[in-house]
Amino acid sequence: MYNSIVLVKQVPDTANISGKVMKDDGTVNRSKLPAIFNYEDKVSLELALQVKERYGGKVIAVTMGPPRASDILRECLYMGADEVYLVSDRKFAGADTLATSYVLSEAIKQIGSYHFVFAGRQAIDGDTAQVGPQTAEKLNIPQITYTEELIDLKDNKIKIKRKIDGGYEIVESQLPVLLTVLKDVVTPRPFSAKRVTAYKGAKSLIELEKLTEENSLLYIDKLVHEYKERGLFINTLTTDDMNIDIERCGLKGSPTKVYKVESVVLASNGHKKIEATKAGLGDLVDQLMNDHIFG
Amino acid sequence: MNFKNEVWVFIEQRGGKPADVSFELLCKGNKLAETMGGVLKAIVIGSDTDEIAKQTFIYGADEAIVFDHPSLKNFRTVPYARILQNLVKEHIPRIVLFGASIIGRDLAPRVASNTKSGLTADCTDLQISDVKYLNQNHSNLLLQIRPAFGGNIIATIITPDVPTQMATVREGVMELSPLEKPKEEKITKLEYKSDPVDDLVQIIKQHREENKVNLKAAPVIVAGGYGLGTRDNFRLVEELAHTIGAEIAGSRAAVDAGFVTPDRQVGQTGVTVRPKLYIAIGISGAIQHRAGMQDSSKIIAINSDPEAPIFDVAHYGIVGDAMQVIPQFIEVYKHKLK
Repeated sequence: MYNSIVLVKQVPDTANISGKVMKDDGTVNRSKLPAIFNYEDKVSLELALQVKERYGGKVIAVTMGPPRASDILRECLYMGADEVYLVSDRKFAGADTLATSYVLSEAIKQIGSYHFVFAGRQAIDGDTAQVGPQTAEKLNIPQITYTEELIDLKDNKIKIKRKIDGGYEIVESQLPVLLTVLKDVVTPRPFSAKRVTAYKGAKSLIELEKLTEENSLLYIDKLVHEYKERGLFINTLTTDDMNIDIERCGLKGSPTKVYKVESVVLASNGHKKIEATKAGLGDLVDQLMNDHIFG
Repeated sequence: MNFKNEVWVFIEQRGGKPADVSFELLCKGNKLAETMGGVLKAIVIGSDTDEIAKQTFIYGADEAIVFDHPSLKNFRTVPYARILQNLVKEHIPRIVLFGASIIGRDLAPRVASNTKSGLTADCTDLQISDVKYLNQNHSNLLLQIRPAFGGNIIATIITPDVPTQMATVREGVMELSPLEKPKEEKITKLEYKSDPVDDLVQIIKQHREENKVNLKAAPVIVAGGYGLGTRDNFRLVEELAHTIGAEIAGSRAAVDAGFVTPDRQVGQTGVTVRPKLYIAIGISGAIQHRAGMQDSSKIIAINSDPEAPIFDVAHYGIVGDAMQVIPQFIEVYKHKLK
């Protein structure tokens, strides 16, 4: 039996940025960006589910983010996660990787014992690949980044093939360990129709509170109890639920600050237009021969 | 706060060979240290590192701090991180730079987390400047500049309130410029004290291939993008490259689509190149890509969209369908150079 915690993140779909997303001052209007499940995190969830199927144990997915990040936790349930946690508080907003890893590590300590922490290598909105290793450091456990393959797992030891610069290495680690996973390692399974039906009504504390605001006949405590009974409660951790130092969270706890943001405005350097004809291309090749680049 | 203006560069070695990126960072670090009136130190960790330590003075190091021990021969996260974080806590350098390699991206966050330092990944430029931030004046801050958010913006990151500013930089971004007269050698050997946690992870086997692709050294590069549409169409890019004796490269989107292998990716998260000629085909020219090629001596852009930003950095622009332009180009080239 091996229990896994999987760190997942909802990210703006930076690959599909349209004009509407950029504000006039050149900053990004995050609310206009479609939010998606960071793909490498989905791959790491799949790997955790495969470990569970082979060796037994539990898979718990955790995300830190705004209330709407519950969307990806429901998707984790559709794929097969046993439990999910939303770590959400206004005080967590504006966190850099150091503050994020602090909150995540405290959330993991709260959730309980584990053999593995899985994470995607990096998230597409920042591409930093820092939160995994920083979380491992704060949990005081070893890390194996750039995982390519789980080779063997026995006697509380795991053997892994990981990428290195110019090749690969095989390493063996004691458990618990944090693994960050490359995107080609496994293909995430599609949602199970049965699980979608079962879990599409799952709700976080914040979503349930919203229901009570809209309907005065509902009481939050009763509602939470009912959703828990039905296995539809998305566990929610705020600053009140964790042993946490507010000074180390969010913007306050982030040593890196965005000093300046410039939108990318290109001044054209006035390139020479070449006609896509034999004559045009012939002139171009001549010029490059004159410059001693060709020939 | 008063700081000793020390700039440190972590010198990475793979199988006993120093990584180019570490020496590139020494060259940049030397300039940063000069601007601040500080010193540059190379931190060398490994086994049999004498040669590597000596080389650091060619690239501007004022001092090499060396941890040499047989069990440090190959990089492992925990012992390397322990050595660095203890050293950072003891000496409180102002800046620590790492290559944004697999080793650097594994090690730097761990050290930054332990020492509560700021860390910015994949910087495309580093500068020293006095900064006024939230009505406070800070002297000699490190400006950490990187594209962000899908390349739509360029962000300047600062770390104003903690003693140590850390950053990673990809290979090739900073220029390698050996000093005409190397600095005087000053090597300080420090003792590695092992700890049981160092052996939680053991390396069983390592396999490394000589890097066959060397984009940085190629005088001519032909790069294809997602605009080519299919892997089959991308073969035309390869054919052009073979005809004119160029290396093949691709944008990140082309790599993600499987048109070309990741070791040939040009851009912020790939390789930075400065060839004599760079031909960009079906590449729209997002900032991350341009960051990796805009210093090429000559750039030819071929794109069906006349508004594509790649034309803004190009010297020659050809608006047209790559499927037609490339075969024509090949024909003309063969005719002229036969």
